Amino acid sequence: MEKNKKFELWTVMTIVFFLLFLLILVYPMFGILKQSLYDKEGALTLANFSKFFAKKYYTNTIINSFKVTIVVTLVSLLIGIPLSYFYSFYRLKGAKVIFVVSILCCMSAPFLGALSWIMLLGRNGIVTKFFLNVFKIRLGSIYGFKGILLVQALKYFPLVFIYMNGAFRNIDNTLIEASANMGCTGVRRFFKIILQLSMPTVLAASLMVFMQAFADFGTPMIIGEGYRTFPVEIYSQYLGENGRDYGFAAAISVIAILITALVFFLQQWATGKFRFSISALHPVEKKPAKGIGGFLMHLYAYLLIFIGFAPNLYIVYLSFVNSDGAVFKTGYSFNNYRLAAKKLLVRSINNTLTLGVGSLIIIIVFAVIVSYLVVRRSSPINHAIDTMAMLPYIMPGAVVGIALVMAFGSKPFALTGTMTIMILNLVVRRMPYTIRSASATLMQISPSIEEAAISLGASKLKTFARITVPMMSSGIVSGAILSWVAIVTELSGSIILYNNKTITLTMSTYVQINRGNYGTACAFAAILTVVTILSLLIYIKVSGSEDDIKL
Amino acid sequence: MSVEIRISHALKKYGDNVIIPDLSVNIKPGEFFTLLGPSGCGKTTLLRMIAGFNSIEGGDFFFGDKRINDLDPSKRNIGMVFQNYAIFPHYTVRKNVEFGLKNRRMPREEIKSRTDQFLKLMQIDTLADRMPDRLSGGQQQRVALARALCISPDVLLMDEPLSNLDAKLRVEMRTVIKNIQHDVGITCVYVTHDQEEAMAVSDRIAVMNAGVIQHIGNPKSIYQRPANVFVATFIGRTNMLEGELQVEGGKAFLCLSDYRTQMDTVAPEYMQSQKIQISVRPEELLLNRDANADGLKGTVQDAVFLGLNTHYFVKLDSGEDVEIIQESSIEETLGKGARISLTINTEKVNLFLADGTKNILTGVKNDLDA
Repeated sequence: MEKNKKFELWTVMTIVFFLLFLLILVYPMFGILKQSLYDKEGALTLANFSKFFAKKYYTNTIINSFKVTIVVTLVSLLIGIPLSYFYSFYRLKGAKVIFVVSILCCMSAPFLGALSWIMLLGRNGIVTKFFLNVFKIRLGSIYGFKGILLVQALKYFPLVFIYMNGAFRNIDNTLIEASANMGCTGVRRFFKIILQLSMPTVLAASLMVFMQAFADFGTPMIIGEGYRTFPVEIYSQYLGENGRDYGFAAAISVIAILITALVFFLQQWATGKFRFSISALHPVEKKPAKGIGGFLMHLYAYLLIFIGFAPNLYIVYLSFVNSDGAVFKTGYSFNNYRLAAKKLLVRSINNTLTLGVGSLIIIIVFAVIVSYLVVRRSSPINHAIDTMAMLPYIMPGAVVGIALVMAFGSKPFALTGTMTIMILNLVVRRMPYTIRSASATLMQISPSIEEAAISLGASKLKTFARITVPMMSSGIVSGAILSWVAIVTELSGSIILYNNKTITLTMSTYVQINRGNYGTACAFAAILTVVTILSLLIYIKVSGSEDDIKL
Repeated sequence: MSVEIRISHALKKYGDNVIIPDLSVNIKPGEFFTLLGPSGCGKTTLLRMIAGFNSIEGGDFFFGDKRINDLDPSKRNIGMVFQNYAIFPHYTVRKNVEFGLKNRRMPREEIKSRTDQFLKLMQIDTLADRMPDRLSGGQQQRVALARALCISPDVLLMDEPLSNLDAKLRVEMRTVIKNIQHDVGITCVYVTHDQEEAMAVSDRIAVMNAGVIQHIGNPKSIYQRPANVFVATFIGRTNMLEGELQVEGGKAFLCLSDYRTQMDTVAPEYMQSQKIQISVRPEELLLNRDANADGLKGTVQDAVFLGLNTHYFVKLDSGEDVEIIQESSIEETLGKGARISLTINTEKVNLFLADGTKNILTGVKNDLDA
């Protein structure tokens, strides 16, 4: 009996990951809490929090963030769900194009939309100028709330679209027929049956959009102007012109975490109200989209993805327009690229690839091991590991950045400005998603396949390497490419951690925008866009079926 | 090469929840032994304890003279066939079958020749280079069997291997399994909840309920002389009636309301008047169209003509419902409301103590008591 409890490899893994996650996840989060509660002399105080709540200037940042994010979430649902409904229930022409372009929209770097819309509708935007010169009409300002809403809604509606496609695909056709049989069709059926059945997914998509929009740093920074949101505030308190205040930045972070945690639990609670499982034996048969309705559906779908994707194309176009770095002129040239090359272009590309590949490998290895521990070796301590791994899910990127600086910036570690801390940030930020998708894949693999291997004389380690991992590989690969894109376009955490040596493409783009060098910025952004598009095309090729996309 | 499996005082619990309290059984070398029982009775749990995938909380498990309690599953030298076949989806048929041999570090030529031998034996040699997703259920089953057998295991364990197949294939595959086991001569433990399947393949069957073996015997003895009421009702269809045993002048009589018939097979230790439970199978009730003849009186509720047999559903005057199977006759099938009388085939009927725990007739063969 005692021999059964021998020290095996997975027990070692459990201990290693428990300690590792304590170090890289719990310790930084705890550090932020601690920092927020002590003043500069090291005395316990609530001064940071009272400072925050005393001034309307500060509380407004959270309220602003909250307001714009809620509206963005609602608008994304409002435009994303109809698109998904048309896509899932009707045979649209060029459905594949709609799908691929949608993914491209939501995977592009977060602030490129902002940059592009400023070029179009900003003070010197070509559309603005065109209306002013030709029609003598002054268009309203794109900056502030409206701008953030426009950019983020257009970026996140494809997320809703992809989530909802999955839900709609799981609706059994017989349910649709049954409701028609009982006299419920059309719009009523959509609201009473189809949407109700998809409610868990609607909630999941809402949470996803909320978390991403809430944490987005680039968009409000570039197009928000006077409309201050909290990630921008954390950043300026940390690096700002008015002098650094770590304690105060930490306090804002704590408040932000509390809000996201609250939203997270609210979403979990709401999802609990819709606990039922459906699986389609008879998938919905797509109807042809005919007549005026069909025309309007096509119009809606194509217009939407065009508006969503056009900013990316416009930036690529602009990157070839002649400029002196800041101001665009007439004619076309590679000037922007030449200027970019002087501004660390090569180093940025190198860093982007190194950081991307490095963190991706670590994330995959961690995700495979952790998902195995959680799914196959259920125990309280492994459950704790799972919970810890999900912590970053409720930590906005800027908060992760601050937390890592505070935790690893000083004495025993002193990692500030190193590639290590950049990788750490990317690993921490992206790991929850990859672990989730790896766990989901593993749960679908019957344990008896592993048992079969063991009964045929394979050791546990060999079974894991030869049977479990290869069977998980399709799930891992599709998850990995999306992680790769997310890593390459990551901004909100890295912005706090990077320096000249560890600068990436995304960071360079942002820096150039910040300096007003829009031409150079477009060159960086165009390269970034091409990298993203290529990665996603590879993804679609590898994953084979477009229906299996996991985010 | 076949080995004996001895299990003594096996104990299985999950936390405080005892699944198998105290189970002992000896499985003979080369025997086809089936664990049969309703779902949740612990049969799969026991099989997985033998395989090593479930921990053993108490008792001893032996393969021959070798105690295997603490042996790693990969070292037990077992072949296992799973309910879902557990074919490795990323390997071809050949690679699936080779997998166990490769783990034994055999020379390459030997691996190839053994693999070929078993692919041929299972008649899947033409599928050797296919991927599993292009196989039918029956073919996957054959791959699973070939894979389990080609490592020359000491014992073959099968966990409901046919339950995912359609009815026709199930009948076909159980013949295949039975023949292969016979040819290879390997000790085999088979788990199923399908009693017809169990009877078709097994040398001996252990009927389990709530973690306890109720009856071990060959299919015939289990069907005809079940050890207790649970076994009688689980194996085949039966009508349970309540009646009395009356002993007069050294002779025993079965009494059901006003029907009384002599029983010659009551075991001596139970020769006393007492309340009893009677298990009479549908074919052991003999139907008489003359309602006034001696026997149990009743009214036909429904009749179903099935070709070879005709099933009658009858409400006895005592209020009990019984089912009768009669070979179809050329006469008109009796309609609803027809009055009839029934007699019992006393040679085949089974009588149990009032609490249902023991069969009180002679001829019960239960290896559990041995």
